[in-house]
Amino acid sequence: MAHKIIASTCTACSACEPECPNVAIREKNGTYVIDPKKCTDCEGHFDSPQCVAVCPVDGCIVKA
Amino acid sequence: MQQATTYVSIGQIKALGAKLDAPAAGGCSTHGGEGKASCGSSDGPDDMPQDIWDKVKNHPCYSEEAHHHFARMHVAVAPACNIQCNYCNRKYDCSNESRPGVVSQKLTPEQAVRKVVAVASEIPQMTVLGVAGPGDALANPAKTFETFRMLQQQAPDIKLCISTNGLALPDYVDEICKYNVDHVTITINMVDPAVGEKIYPWIFWDHRRVTGYEAAKILHERQMLGLEMLTARGVLTKINSVLIPGVNDQHLMDVNREVKKRGAFLHNIMPLISEAEHGTVFGLTGQRGPSASELKAVQDACMGGANLMRHCRQCRADAVGLLGEDRSEEFTLDKLDQMDVVYDLEKRRIYQEQVEVERQAQHAAKQQALAAASAVPAEQDLQVLVAVATKGGGRVNEHFGHVTEFQIYEVSSTQALFVGHRRVDQYCQGGAGDDEQLPSVVRAINDCHAVLVAKIGACPRDELSQAGIEPVDQYVGEFIEKAALDWFNEYRARMASGAVVHQSRGDAQIRQGAYTSVPLAA
Repeated sequence: MAHKIIASTCTACSACEPECPNVAIREKNGTYVIDPKKCTDCEGHFDSPQCVAVCPVDGCIVKA
Repeated sequence: MQQATTYVSIGQIKALGAKLDAPAAGGCSTHGGEGKASCGSSDGPDDMPQDIWDKVKNHPCYSEEAHHHFARMHVAVAPACNIQCNYCNRKYDCSNESRPGVVSQKLTPEQAVRKVVAVASEIPQMTVLGVAGPGDALANPAKTFETFRMLQQQAPDIKLCISTNGLALPDYVDEICKYNVDHVTITINMVDPAVGEKIYPWIFWDHRRVTGYEAAKILHERQMLGLEMLTARGVLTKINSVLIPGVNDQHLMDVNREVKKRGAFLHNIMPLISEAEHGTVFGLTGQRGPSASELKAVQDACMGGANLMRHCRQCRADAVGLLGEDRSEEFTLDKLDQMDVVYDLEKRRIYQEQVEVERQAQHAAKQQALAAASAVPAEQDLQVLVAVATKGGGRVNEHFGHVTEFQIYEVSSTQALFVGHRRVDQYCQGGAGDDEQLPSVVRAINDCHAVLVAKIGACPRDELSQAGIEPVDQYVGEFIEKAALDWFNEYRARMASGAVVHQSRGDAQIRQGAYTSVPLAA
């Protein structure tokens, strides 16, 4: 499993990028993307996926 | 409404000065600044310690007088935020700290510094750089402080300031002092989590999304701690509060008391901006903003005199220029690429000295004019509001039809005090008056008894008179305070002779929506 960012609703605010414990998030073409190979859904790190918790747009980051 | 005397006492204001006299541990000193201008106007720093005056005298947001002479700019290097506010929709810029409608051009620290240097060369009275979003300056610490670090090397004379919600503030106070940031604005809308949970749906804290009462409690504690830490280090703080009718209007007096107690320098109470099309929670639930008299009532109740900011324009996170104007369009990234910029410190210093000389001359002239004004102490405690059309210099010198912002003065028989401003849609567009705009202008200044202008056409003159607002054009070019006093005493004479019957005025509307810069006159 991994999370993904719905590009059409992403505001590119960058809040998620530094929160990712796996450094799986980066900017790409004016929006942010999650590398599914690196994403662990924060299991073993935190109670909940950090990118989802910090994202200001509801429903922008979902399970892939 | 509680009485103003309950809270802010002069004693507290004086105590603030004493507190800040303590040497700044982190070296948060400021540069430049010689000779305190004697200043008896509404922002009255006469009883302000010299070191404080030096810090604020060129800062348009911290000194009402300075904002007529010195400019600021914001760079949008901080897009991320760590909390959610019900008055903010992050798809746009924060609608209260910066205007909604157009998403800022986000900048990297390198781009931001290039822009600041270009603007400072072009606008030598630009003295202050702020990081105010579009998210939170301290939720983007790497970008914010990298901008400051680079800018200090290239333009060491520019004052730095930041704006924050306070959640991360205690963690960065040392860093703030390291870069000589000597002005910090904290948005504090409550000091009671029960009020706070109606304003903040969640915060991101300690790797969790925290909601409800707990979220507001953490935010409140961090804000108070951060404020105390800044005060202890001699950093000047401005507290922004968004007035949300029915949510925190009465409560803002408690906020005022608590932040003053902790050494806040200035309290800025701003009206909520909420239109459904901004897509904020408050916009969508129909939470309204305050009327002009509601805003003024809360500001008056929080006022001990000096420490309330009344000239805030709630500007965008990428605004450039004097308060109330926005020249950011002249400095977009593509335009910057074509500009040949040489940063000339000496040229800027000389220019700013000239501005200071003009400012002191203007101040002296005003004092002289005021001394000659017809201040007639009266038995009755009458005071009214007047709207003033000015394009600067502290004088009545603007044509009614060209006004995009009226200044509002409260006049009694002995003094005229600046109490705020009202934005309006320009009545005159391209030479002819636009009658559709007039009702909106009237609504914006409907609480005023008179409007002082340099000139006004026959048609708006009649309509204003019918609405009960007296158009006055006999004080052209005079200092605003003198004109207002002279008009008032002449008005009182007419009242006494029975030529006019005094009636109280209604309320006025605060204009909602984006403040767009006015197209240059053809």
